[in-house]
Amino acid sequence: MSDSSKPNSARRNLVIASACAGGAAAVGTAVPFVASMLPSERAEALGAPVEADISLLAPGEMTIFEWRGQPVWVVRRTKEMLDEIKKADSKVADPKSERKKSELTPEYARNEFRSIKPEYLVVVGICTHLGCSPQAKFKPGPEAFESDWAGGFYCPCHGSLFDLAGRVYKNKPAPDNLRVPPYTYLSDTRILIGEDKKGA
Amino acid sequence: MAAADKPPVTGAGPFNDLLTWIDQRFPLMETWRKHLSEYYAPKNFNFWYYFGSLALFVLVIQIVTGIFLTMNYKPDAAQAFASVEYIMREVPWGWWIRYMHSTGASFFFICVYLHMFRALLYGSYRKPRELLWIFGMLVFVCLMAEAFFGYLLPWGQMSYWGAQVIVNLFDAIPVIGPKLAIWIRGDYVVSDATLNRFFAYHVIAVPLALLALVVAHLLALHEVGSNNPDGVEIKKVKDPKTGRPLDGIPFHPYYTVKDTFGVVVFLVVFSIVVFFAPEAGGYFLEHNNFIPADPLKTPLHIAPVWYFTPYYSILRATTENFMWVLAAGVVAMAGLIIWSVKSTAARICVAALAAVLLAGFFTLDPKVWGVVLMGTSVMIFFFLPWLDQSPVKSIRYKGPITKTAIALFVIAFFVLGYLGTQTVTEERTLAAQIGTAVYFLFFFLMPWYSKMDKCRPEPARIGSK
Ligand code: HEM
Ligand code: FES
Repeated sequence: MSDSSKPNSARRNLVIASACAGGAAAVGTAVPFVASMLPSERAEALGAPVEADISLLAPGEMTIFEWRGQPVWVVRRTKEMLDEIKKADSKVADPKSERKKSELTPEYARNEFRSIKPEYLVVVGICTHLGCSPQAKFKPGPEAFESDWAGGFYCPCHGSLFDLAGRVYKNKPAPDNLRVPPYTYLSDTRILIGEDKKGA
Repeated sequence: MAAADKPPVTGAGPFNDLLTWIDQRFPLMETWRKHLSEYYAPKNFNFWYYFGSLALFVLVIQIVTGIFLTMNYKPDAAQAFASVEYIMREVPWGWWIRYMHSTGASFFFICVYLHMFRALLYGSYRKPRELLWIFGMLVFVCLMAEAFFGYLLPWGQMSYWGAQVIVNLFDAIPVIGPKLAIWIRGDYVVSDATLNRFFAYHVIAVPLALLALVVAHLLALHEVGSNNPDGVEIKKVKDPKTGRPLDGIPFHPYYTVKDTFGVVVFLVVFSIVVFFAPEAGGYFLEHNNFIPADPLKTPLHIAPVWYFTPYYSILRATTENFMWVLAAGVVAMAGLIIWSVKSTAARICVAALAAVLLAGFFTLDPKVWGVVLMGTSVMIFFFLPWLDQSPVKSIRYKGPITKTAIALFVIAFFVLGYLGTQTVTEERTLAAQIGTAVYFLFFFLMPWYSKMDKCRPEPARIGSK
């Protein structure tokens, strides 16, 4: 019989070993639970591109399409609106759309107006701050959030401002310009959102 | 004690035999005595001491009304909004049950905030009540989670966009953020999958954790005993014969009666709100939440429910310009700590930490720091027991600096809370930034001002001079 006041080291080691094995099993069991919370195959498959008909869009107006559960805006910009964009260069944080290029701005949109055709802006209408959908405030003039407003988008959640090319204003909570989705023109009045020429 | 040695229960009239039968098989009388009839609480509890029992009472309201809501609610993006309207219009008394639940959520926070403020006034988080305070804070964090998950369930515009913003906070975490946000939502956007899992958290996961924590909170309380408005330990002066604290009175019947009175008054106020102003002017139930969720359009004005607005203001206050203020704050704090501590190792650690923070401030987006600051503004409460270095516990004996600091903190908390319900303008952002600075200075400077403040000596016993 062993001395009861002294731990039996063989037993203690066995206890430690079985506790480790049990712990490893517990961690292993957690994996399926954690994994079950990831998007299912079905949710992943819902990302199909959508076709957008813009034939009825009047100059100076905007329309919203749904792509992957998110709003995609198409704005038909007037000459004045395009001029305002040029003037906003000094007010926006990333005028040349250089930040996170591959994620936010496809190659064909890396230009002053962030679009394939200057007239039509196509952007995902989700603020790069925390994901609200900003509001169209196209009319220039004094606004509560900016005394000398050039027209663009205002995010109601934390006050980020974007110009008419979806470029974020300086010193606002949103860090980046609005995302330009992959898109391509099927004809002059039909756009395919979610896929571009390379078939990306 | 072996069952056979237990004396029979007396004093319960016709129930004596039944209670004796139970007591010999279950620690009934022992529990009763330990936690009620012979649990000694200080004799000088005041108004502020109502809110613990009231919070417990609201928890019961939430659980009971929640169970009945669940009988008719449908956690499905296509049906949730309509099922809540069904509860409101067609389920007999459904409107009453729902308004009890939605009003209960706000009253829960009112009780918990006042309960916490009491601890701040009387130093109730100080030794030996640190763990009691930590359990309390964990209850608070769970409560915030519970309210957040619950708020998505009606699937209104505020539900949807509120969840969108909060889940996206996690997206800001460098490296793992985007994956984590997808994992939380179970989808790339807030959707049916999100609603379903939030329902699971709201009705079972968080309530279970909440209940367990409340039990731990109360056990810790009964281990160390209550603090009181004088902040003196009643256990220091005991009757030499009975061993009972001289300044204590048995919880039952004295405080059971007091707390019952509190519940009655509470029910009057609560009922007035439930029956006459359940929306509380948009503060308890927001107007935009009576519009079904629309993933393509954010409401014109979005704000969280009032109990989250102070932290939300701090999030919004963190703009690019504010990073300079933060940087200055970190440098000043590091200087202060290095000047105060003696150990070289500690000095090097502080300097290194400050350098890392400074580098981070100007490389990561301000958005990340907004999230960090918001998280810190809640988590910092956990550290109060160690930040407060005052020789006395209660505000009654603390000096002018602490009193001013608490007053400024309360003002900052309310100002931030108010600003969080409003839209952003330049002036309001500036006000929120000042409020944020005051909020954090209250905590970060506490080790110094609480020590140098001119306190009066604590009395030896409650009520003595
Ligand atoms: C523990 C504290 C609790 C808090 C703070 C809380 C908070 C909330 C909040 C803020 C809402 C949204 C209110 C609305 O717009 O109507 C809500 C809804 C809901 N809660 Fe709770 N809740 C709690 C406990 C529970 C429990 C224990 C259950 C179920 C067993 C439950 C079931 C529900 C259901 C089914 C809804 C959706 C119906 C509705 O919106 O009226 N809740 N809760
Ligand atoms: S989500 Fe747009 S500013 Fe925060």
